[in-house]
Amino acid sequence: MTASNASTTDDRQPADERRQQAADLELCEISKLYPGQSDPAIDKLSLKVEAGEICVLVGPSGCGKTTAMRLVNRMIEPTDGDILIDGESIRDRGPAELRRHIGYAIQRTGLFPHLTIADNISTVPRLLGWDKQRIDARVDELLELVSLDADDMRDRYPGQLSGGQQQRVGVARALAADPPLLLMDEPFGADDPINRERLQNEFLRLQGQLRKTIVFVTHDIDEAIKMGDRIAVLKKGGKLAQYASPAELLTNPADKFVEDFVGADRSLKRLALQRVRDIDLWKVAEAREGERSEDVRRKFEDSDLPFAILLDEQRRPLGWLSDEAVRGERVTNDTRSPATPHIDLDDILRDALAELLSNGVQYAPVLDSRGAVSGVLSLEVIGRFLHSAPTESRTGAELVMDDPEPIPGEGDETPENTGK
Amino acid sequence: MSPDALATLPFAQVEIEQRSGESCIANDGLCPGWIVDNLGDYATPLVEHIYLTLFSVVVGFVIAFGLAILAHRRAWTMRPISATTQILYTIPSIAAFFLLQPIVGRGFMAGAIALIAYTLFILFANITTGLQNVPADVKDAARGMGLTDGQLLRQVELPMAIPEILAGLRIAMTTTIGLAALAFFAGAGGLGEPIEQDIFFKSNVVIAGGLCLLLAAISDLILLGVQRFALPWRRAQAT
Repeated sequence: MTASNASTTDDRQPADERRQQAADLELCEISKLYPGQSDPAIDKLSLKVEAGEICVLVGPSGCGKTTAMRLVNRMIEPTDGDILIDGESIRDRGPAELRRHIGYAIQRTGLFPHLTIADNISTVPRLLGWDKQRIDARVDELLELVSLDADDMRDRYPGQLSGGQQQRVGVARALAADPPLLLMDEPFGADDPINRERLQNEFLRLQGQLRKTIVFVTHDIDEAIKMGDRIAVLKKGGKLAQYASPAELLTNPADKFVEDFVGADRSLKRLALQRVRDIDLWKVAEAREGERSEDVRRKFEDSDLPFAILLDEQRRPLGWLSDEAVRGERVTNDTRSPATPHIDLDDILRDALAELLSNGVQYAPVLDSRGAVSGVLSLEVIGRFLHSAPTESRTGAELVMDDPEPIPGEGDETPENTGK
Repeated sequence: MSPDALATLPFAQVEIEQRSGESCIANDGLCPGWIVDNLGDYATPLVEHIYLTLFSVVVGFVIAFGLAILAHRRAWTMRPISATTQILYTIPSIAAFFLLQPIVGRGFMAGAIALIAYTLFILFANITTGLQNVPADVKDAARGMGLTDGQLLRQVELPMAIPEILAGLRIAMTTTIGLAALAFFAGAGGLGEPIEQDIFFKSNVVIAGGLCLLLAAISDLILLGVQRFALPWRRAQAT
């Protein structure tokens, strides 16, 4: 587990500010029974969310995940139990005052259509009585944070923005007063899959810097696995079925319900939580043209493949060598097949597997950022990983945060819906 | 009530000369010369008409607004209020103008009260519709960010209801301008009075009726202008 990125950003903050940045959240045996109903919507739900973590509430419709989230900012009052933020009961604070210190982002964004983007974002700061100068500076800062052009966006109305842009503004608005705790109810739900994945990645990268405590509601187990540090699976009647890390959930589902909900492909889903560089790759005998064949043949002892890979001067792969190529005194460039496709060390394992399958091969060379061979990924390697212990897996947030290169074109999404 | 009886009413504002001979006037025709000469006589009925309309719509709006807020806050009041304004709206206007006279006396108030009662239905319905049309997710987001009920109403619900409220005001204004032409039955004056005094004289009817139409058109244009000015977000969306 590498959390180096996160800790470096934390270290830049003074200690007292860091404490302000994120809050501990604890739900203590919280229950909600609506009048006139025999079964509770939430049944003695207990959850602990550490400061700076994303806790995803996931489950089928009617499981009470949204209700559970709305109990936290008193949008719904519990029948029984208590909720503590940094150890203090939410009952001790007025609902409006409490909510101003908890970020709130919902599925259909809930942007105010009659207010400009700047006024939408500054809603909570205005309620808190910030002065105009501070508000203006904060609006620009937030627009930049969510990859929107402040000069272009500030004075527009929500109706002039594309769906993805609106959801970015929704997130910026939730972050406006820098709350230590955020509630997000399917904040990327209304988007097409491509935009959605982009927003998820952006948000995870943002969270890498901000390290807020977040309660995130979704019905989509894939989104839960990607976004969550910890996932709470709820079943009908607001009962907690399992509360665990994504990898733990996928490897050891607590019961039949969780197993079914996570899906029959749960082992495949683990592949989405892993990069190629994090697993043990096959070793391969490397050869250069003109090298002594004897030397190459000696390397076979240490190799997982019965043949060698031909490299150029920069150690880039040229092809798999045939047996004939290493039979003479010197290695010839007689290859049996091209060494394709090329897998990147930073590829997500799921994508790498797809690459192997779509090319109809059992194995392919893995290249580092300079294009040099650093091992071989094979179906067998992936199979071995799927049987390994879950502790070696990582969370989606960590994956996105240490992504070496940002996804190109982010934020300059064309506002195709603008003219409606 | 016969035209003769009306002609002798003491509150008549426009004197219409005796007509004889073969002139345009004698034929009850449309006489440009007469119109130019007598246009000034319509100033007082016109001012009465405007005053009566504005007073009724403004007071009607204040009452309807208060009732709409009440219905918005206390949902159970919606049906009785709505039913009451509907009943008021169905009373024939001439009946109302006469029925009110024994109670408040003949004159401006009798006319105004009837007109106010007619605006309530339109205005109440439009204001409550506007408030109800605010999308649930917008209200949820507002409450979730810590707006109190009052702030929600002032900062979100009312501004977002402005299109429906202004649409209601436009209908109320136009309707009231039309109905005020009958308010002379209550003794409240207005442009209906000269019309009724000589309903066969085309010049007279065209001036008084024309002024009514003009008034309705201008007030509608003004409100249309307000609507465009007050709703930059709607305009932005449309372009």
